[in-house]
Amino acid sequence: MAAVKLYGPLASTATSRALACLLEKQVEYQLIPVDLKKREQKKPGFLAMQPFGQVPVLQDGALTLFESRAIVRYIAEKYAAQGTIGLLGKSLAERAVIEQWMEVESQTYNPPSSFLVFQLAFAPLWGIPQNQTEIAKNEKKFSNVLDVYEKRLSESKYLAGDEFSIADLSHLPNTEYIVKATGKAELITSRKYVNAWWENISSRDSWKKIREMSKADSKK
Amino acid sequence: MAAIKVHGFHASTATNMVLCCLNEKQVEYDFVLIDLLTGAHKKPQYLALNPFGVVPTIQDGDLTLFESRAILRYLAQKFKGQGTDLLGSTLSEEALVYQWCEVEGQSFNPPVSTIVSQILVVPRRGGSTDEAAVEMNIEKLGKVLDIYEERLSKSKYLAGDFFSLADLQHLPHTHYLISACGKGDLISSRKHVNAWWEDISSRPTWQKVAENMKVN
Repeated sequence: MAAVKLYGPLASTATSRALACLLEKQVEYQLIPVDLKKREQKKPGFLAMQPFGQVPVLQDGALTLFESRAIVRYIAEKYAAQGTIGLLGKSLAERAVIEQWMEVESQTYNPPSSFLVFQLAFAPLWGIPQNQTEIAKNEKKFSNVLDVYEKRLSESKYLAGDEFSIADLSHLPNTEYIVKATGKAELITSRKYVNAWWENISSRDSWKKIREMSKADSKK
Repeated sequence: MAAIKVHGFHASTATNMVLCCLNEKQVEYDFVLIDLLTGAHKKPQYLALNPFGVVPTIQDGDLTLFESRAILRYLAQKFKGQGTDLLGSTLSEEALVYQWCEVEGQSFNPPVSTIVSQILVVPRRGGSTDEAAVEMNIEKLGKVLDIYEERLSKSKYLAGDFFSLADLQHLPHTHYLISACGKGDLISSRKHVNAWWEDISSRPTWQKVAENMKVN
């Protein structure tokens, strides 16, 4: 059986979100890099797969699929019987709570954390001026969100319950950058339960592998 | 069996997304008003249900669930055998439904909700509309709708030839964009987007909900 193809640079949070799921489910894959600096994602060949010109894109046989969180759901469902079991829960009710925290990540955790990652980790590298007022605003927003997470994780080992799920997985990429590249790691590390959860999920084999691959990438 | 309880606000787009889905799945529900105007969503009683203090939240027996798009997926899965099938018939079709649901959440919702918030909500709270923000987001939304136009020229609905959660998610904000913000030309100027809008907004399940959203 042909491996699934994942198009995207490893450094992109959305790409590593999709890859983390492929690794958890032990799915054979081919990672095809897309050069964002050369705006490869805006060229006709890529736009034919993904009309919004964004990474990643998954090709699995006849299916072409984009949006990292949709890719995560598809992979978790299609390969339910292999790799890490229980990523979607064991019942409809468990799945519902997992979907709830996936949406919290998507609508509430992602916007302020993405903004901070862009402004603090990437803008300086690319010579883009930082917006200090907006940085402060988003830091406050993100802190408020993390306070809710702190309470939740004091009552529950993982976001949706006792088991690691796609809800926790979805948080890996942005949180990695927050902790490693923004100078604002204390947002995570100063919160006892959020920090324990972060240490736990980021030490999974799938994320360790992505860290190794990223290190190898940066040495090229 | 106790009906599903929906805690929400009649004018809230997220609440109305859920009510439309309940109608599509022919599921009975009890509506519990959380009056945003009096700050009920930030009171301890509601925060115990939804710690983020936003509407809607549903209760189905022992299950308490928030985030409208997660509620939609739960209802579509739980009641798969009744009402409109909103998830497609194969795993690949379902994947495309989720893809376009994500497009709504990540690319359509941010600009449209900013436009609606600036034109409709901000003045009601005593502020003044940020015209520059409105213009910027109209441009952003226009680019997204150009891609929808191309998609809908090849496909009757977003995920394929069947109405799904992906189309449903677009109903509430588009309704306000046209009927309350005066920006209907964004839709009507695009032939296939317009045809799609006419189709999905004429569903009786939606028309019932739109009654809640009349703006004076």
